[in-house]
Amino acid sequence: MLDEKNLQKPLEEREDIIEVKNLNKWFGKHHVLKDVDVNVKQGEVVVILGPSGSGKSTFIRTINALEEFQKGEIIVDEINLSNDVSNIEAIRKETGMVFQQFNLFPHMTILKNITLAPIWVRKWKREKAEQVAMELLERVGIPEQAHKYPGQLSGGQQQRVAIARALAMQPRIMLFDEPTSALDPEMIKEVLDVMKTLARSGMTMLVVTHEMNFAREVADRIILFDDGEIIEEGTPTELFDNPKHERTKMFLSQIL
Amino acid sequence: MPHMSSQANLQQPQKRAETPPPKTSVGVIGWLRQNLFSSWANSLLTVIVGTAAFFLLKAIFTWVFFGAEWHVVSNELNFLLIGRYPEEEVWRIWTLLLFFHALLGLSWGFGKGIMNSIAYTIGGLLFISMLLPFIEMSTRIWIIANLATLISFFFIGHKFPKVKKITFVGWFLSFPIVIFFINGLGILPNVSTNLWGGFMLNILLAVVAIVCSFPLGILLALGRRSKLPIVKYFCVIYIEVIRGIPLITVLFMAKFMLPLFTGGIEVDEVVGAMVALTMFSAAYMAENVRGGLQSLPRGQFEASQALGLNSTYTTVFVVLPQALKAVIPAIVGQYIAIFKDTTLVLIIGLLDILEIGLSMIAKPEYIGLDMEVLVFGAVVFFIFCYLMAHVSRRLEKSLSVGNR
Ligand SMILES: Nc1ncnc2c1ncn2[C@@H]1O[C@H](COP(=O)(O)OP(=O)(O)O)[C@@H](O)[C@H]1O
Ligand SMILES: [Mg+2]
Repeated sequence: MLDEKNLQKPLEEREDIIEVKNLNKWFGKHHVLKDVDVNVKQGEVVVILGPSGSGKSTFIRTINALEEFQKGEIIVDEINLSNDVSNIEAIRKETGMVFQQFNLFPHMTILKNITLAPIWVRKWKREKAEQVAMELLERVGIPEQAHKYPGQLSGGQQQRVAIARALAMQPRIMLFDEPTSALDPEMIKEVLDVMKTLARSGMTMLVVTHEMNFAREVADRIILFDDGEIIEEGTPTELFDNPKHERTKMFLSQIL
Repeated sequence: MPHMSSQANLQQPQKRAETPPPKTSVGVIGWLRQNLFSSWANSLLTVIVGTAAFFLLKAIFTWVFFGAEWHVVSNELNFLLIGRYPEEEVWRIWTLLLFFHALLGLSWGFGKGIMNSIAYTIGGLLFISMLLPFIEMSTRIWIIANLATLISFFFIGHKFPKVKKITFVGWFLSFPIVIFFINGLGILPNVSTNLWGGFMLNILLAVVAIVCSFPLGILLALGRRSKLPIVKYFCVIYIEVIRGIPLITVLFMAKFMLPLFTGGIEVDEVVGAMVALTMFSAAYMAENVRGGLQSLPRGQFEASQALGLNSTYTTVFVVLPQALKAVIPAIVGQYIAIFKDTTLVLIIGLLDILEIGLSMIAKPEYIGLDMEVLVFGAVVFFIFCYLMAHVSRRLEKSLSVGNR
């Protein structure tokens, strides 16, 4: 496991926490990821852009083994996903995931949603888990909702709970799959604000999003997917102000 | 400051004062007009149905209070309820009932909500039977003792919520306790199963079938989704075969085929019936649960996996609670059906309430009293089935807190 000292160094000198080599995935005969190579440094914030159906979700879902892949190699925090299935659980402890549809457990209170995994997977005492959960709810700004059910919260609040729930497992990497796409416009900011704070705290983040301002402000690097391939990557400035590839220019012209 | 208020009006339209609803839509008259006489077709329908209902109710009333000869039921009440269970051992059943009323009272005390309706129904039944004119004094005393137990344990449960644990242990141990009391198990004088009968037998069979088929059905439903082909196809074949044959066949098969599995040892008929009803009910339970599992969005599994919960935890904490909740009405419907189906055990020679009733009708002294006996049976079943349906609705409501 990479240690915290790694985080003290400037980004370029840090070790990689995610190494994806030559990743290929098929859904049946449909080739959805084609020779994808991505390295992510500890504490780096990577935003993934690309048109719908280009394989962004599939890519970040392979990183915590929600999707299988057929060829290539994925190493997350020195755990190799490709050669042993039993590594799946180890990797899932290291990575938190936030979904477009929140996916909170509707039959549990907010507090139970957050403490479930720490209690049963991390084997924490209930008091400790609840204390951590309350601190996290404090951090995402809704401690007063702890004893309500997900259905009683607004979309933005639910997504913030989902972030808190993922953070409660103390992951070293957070994956976000279009976390604001299902939200009403007035709630997008509250979720993005939480994500910005998280990014500044040194969390390694992979974010699929269409929020260009967020990407510009927070991302260390932007990766552009099209048709299962990475067609261009670079810093926000490089990519937005000086795109090299034709397809990048076209995508940006459509979205900006 | 008139100019100020007009300015405020521009930004924020003033709230309109609330006006009361029109007179014709409130009160008894309003209700009648809206629901029964809203149009001439509706009025006509009301009159026709009302008249029919009146004559029907009048006929029923006349028969119940003036036409029917209820002595057939009152004379044979014991027989109908507990069959040929020996008279000198009947105290054991009463003691069992005391035990259950204590548990029910405790659960009612701290449970409220759902337990309310059960306790009121059971308490009401006890109260009415206590007032029946034709029962023996000893029976009356037992009934009063049961009612008193129910009520006093309600207050204990209410005052000391700490008895919760004891109550759960009590419910958990209730099955062995029932078997011990009814059978004797060599400590009390043995009452073999061929003497078990009447409505007591229906209840015993139903409770065993319901309690055992619940976990079995869940396992079968989960097995049906298993990735292991052997497990999967065993479950599929079991479910489809059982659902494809009538219960009567399963009952006969249990009677004649169980000895093949036990190496020729004779299987008790009541036990055989319990096994058959459980196996039958489990297949239907499995299909109900499968419906619930299918209704769960994939995101729930994924969120659970992404948190690192393994498949056992995911199933126990995330999947099953939601899946079962979604199909409570179907499950309870299935339980009501199996409860009523317990009357089919008469075809393998068990003396349940229906078989006893039929045998009474056949007696010369009760000739022509079929209706009385059958109506009594119907009412007894109706009370319990309605209670189950009612509890199911309450359960659904209480579990839907805060859900969309
Ligand atoms: N479970 C699946 N089965 C078959 N095809 C899928 C599945 N999930 C995604 N796909 C296909 O894979 C491609 C990439 O999808 P996805 O990763 O969801 O794209 P994005 O997130 O960039 O919109 C699409 O063509 C989509 O239709
Ligand atoms: Mg997607």
